[in-house]
Amino acid sequence: MVGGLYALFACGLSLMFGVMKVVNLAHGDLAVVGGYVAVGVITVTHIPVLWSFVIVVPLMAVLGYVLQRTVIQASLDRSILTTLLVTFGLSVVIENGLLEFFSANSHSLGVDNAIITSSFSIGSQISIAYLLLLIFVVAVVVLLGLQYFLSRSRYGRLIRAVADDQEAAQLSGIDYRHVFGIAAAIAFGTVALAGIAYGMYSQFAPTTGTDTILLFAFAAVVIGGLGSLWGTLLGGVILGVSQAIGAQISGSDEFLAGYIVFLAVLVLRPQGLIARRAQS
Amino acid sequence: MSEPKGRGADWTEERHPREPKGAAPSGLRSDEGATREDGASRAPGGERDKQSAPEASGKTEPILEVRDLTVHHGQLRALDHISLRVFPGEVYAIIGANGAGKSTLLRTIAGLNQPTEGTIRYDGKDVTRVRPERRATSGIAMVPEGRRLFGSLTVEENLQVGATYARKGPWTIERVYELFSWMKDRRAQRTEQLSGGEQQSVAIGRALVANPRVLLLDELSLGLAPVVVQRIYGMLPQILASGLTVLLVEQDVSQALRVASHLQCLLEGRTTLEGKPSDVTAEQVEAAYFGLRSAPAGDGREEALWSGSTTSSRGSWSAACTRCSRAGSR
Repeated sequence: MVGGLYALFACGLSLMFGVMKVVNLAHGDLAVVGGYVAVGVITVTHIPVLWSFVIVVPLMAVLGYVLQRTVIQASLDRSILTTLLVTFGLSVVIENGLLEFFSANSHSLGVDNAIITSSFSIGSQISIAYLLLLIFVVAVVVLLGLQYFLSRSRYGRLIRAVADDQEAAQLSGIDYRHVFGIAAAIAFGTVALAGIAYGMYSQFAPTTGTDTILLFAFAAVVIGGLGSLWGTLLGGVILGVSQAIGAQISGSDEFLAGYIVFLAVLVLRPQGLIARRAQS
Repeated sequence: MSEPKGRGADWTEERHPREPKGAAPSGLRSDEGATREDGASRAPGGERDKQSAPEASGKTEPILEVRDLTVHHGQLRALDHISLRVFPGEVYAIIGANGAGKSTLLRTIAGLNQPTEGTIRYDGKDVTRVRPERRATSGIAMVPEGRRLFGSLTVEENLQVGATYARKGPWTIERVYELFSWMKDRRAQRTEQLSGGEQQSVAIGRALVANPRVLLLDELSLGLAPVVVQRIYGMLPQILASGLTVLLVEQDVSQALRVASHLQCLLEGRTTLEGKPSDVTAEQVEAAYFGLRSAPAGDGREEALWSGSTTSSRGSWSAACTRCSRAGSR
């Protein structure tokens, strides 16, 4: 079930790579930023934790557009390697900025809704928290929405066109930088949502982004296959399930099991379980 | 217009055994004897007589004007002070062998390459530094070399993308379907699954739905069977009827001669020949295409021409030849 969360983390990463060929190393940190922004928003406005995304997601989307049009685009104009360095730098800056402002203490977004924090059991072995179920459902809805947006809407079409061929898109009058900005806005929006979900499920500190989230997102993307949204979901689920199985064997094997699957996929099927067919 | 460099008599002898079959000036093969007079004297290089632009009659302003355009690819000078003026309603053909700079010229006009020198004026305005997407929306559409369709999109989606920022005008997706009758039935197919000729048609349709005033066609015949090329060029009158101006680049000289109202030949980034197809002899075209020094036609025709200088190195002809025969065998 935690796979839904991983998929939510990963879809923005996958989108940014698919469209702009940017491997966003700051992706995990952005999720954490989303979490902290939610903490801030909640303390200021006292809105329920569950609804904080209404403010945080658009805020992060705007940040995504602005960052893409300025810093990331400037590095894209130079080379692929530069984007790696720039997003890595962004990651370091964000991490230290958060340490400065929020200290190294962990935060979480406590949900004080009794139903959501409780869990139910299937059989004797498997118990599922309603919160995780909710996150999973949200992830599926987000992926469905994204899929629909990319395949049906005008901007989705432009995003796919730009991902296919930037120059040809320019010849059709499309400013690809604007389209990149929109794609980044979507990626930042989804990762903010994922960050909030993570905050409800667990707790985060400034370093959680690169330590945990980025790696999980990468693993989910690689297992599922780059550029495929459903592959991303599948990758997330597989990662989640293998971690759960690992935890059953021994508590310390939880993450190890996930990465063993990750490695196995890399070796046996490097293109991912669902190979990239289209951008959708 | 730099000094012409002399070439020995062995030059003409060298070319015979490497006769290209196919592409290049295929329609001109029969004039072999005449061209062997090459190397005698050359037409004096000089200023193009601006008044002689035949299409100027009635239309005062060129819709597209390129002046002294120089483009570098790194250290390589791909275009060297190229000038051209395209008038409304014209079919302006640029011919030349591979590597002559034709595509670079078109890409620079579309804005995909930046010139190091020179200006591009469209509709009376300087667009030299305008971004390609702005040029596209103001009415310069290009069918790029190699078609460059959005491969993961369907036929219809490709056309829709082309129409996203379209100007107002006669072309709609429906009208493109009328022009290419097969397209409507297969509009839900991905363009990756289409044949080369079909892809080229979609690429033309994608450019047309933007309702451009100037249509740049880059090497339509590339990689297509002659029959298909004929069919696609057969569509040109219908396209022109909607009031477009066409600037096309073509390696297939006979095809270009058939459709063009004005001709310009490039060789290694320089203009070697310019004029109306009817005023140009096959020998002159061949000489300009391969960089041979041709004798002037001697019957007063050279007034309509502007024989620029060629400074190609000796090896270039045979290089062009091998490239041509390769293109022809495709």
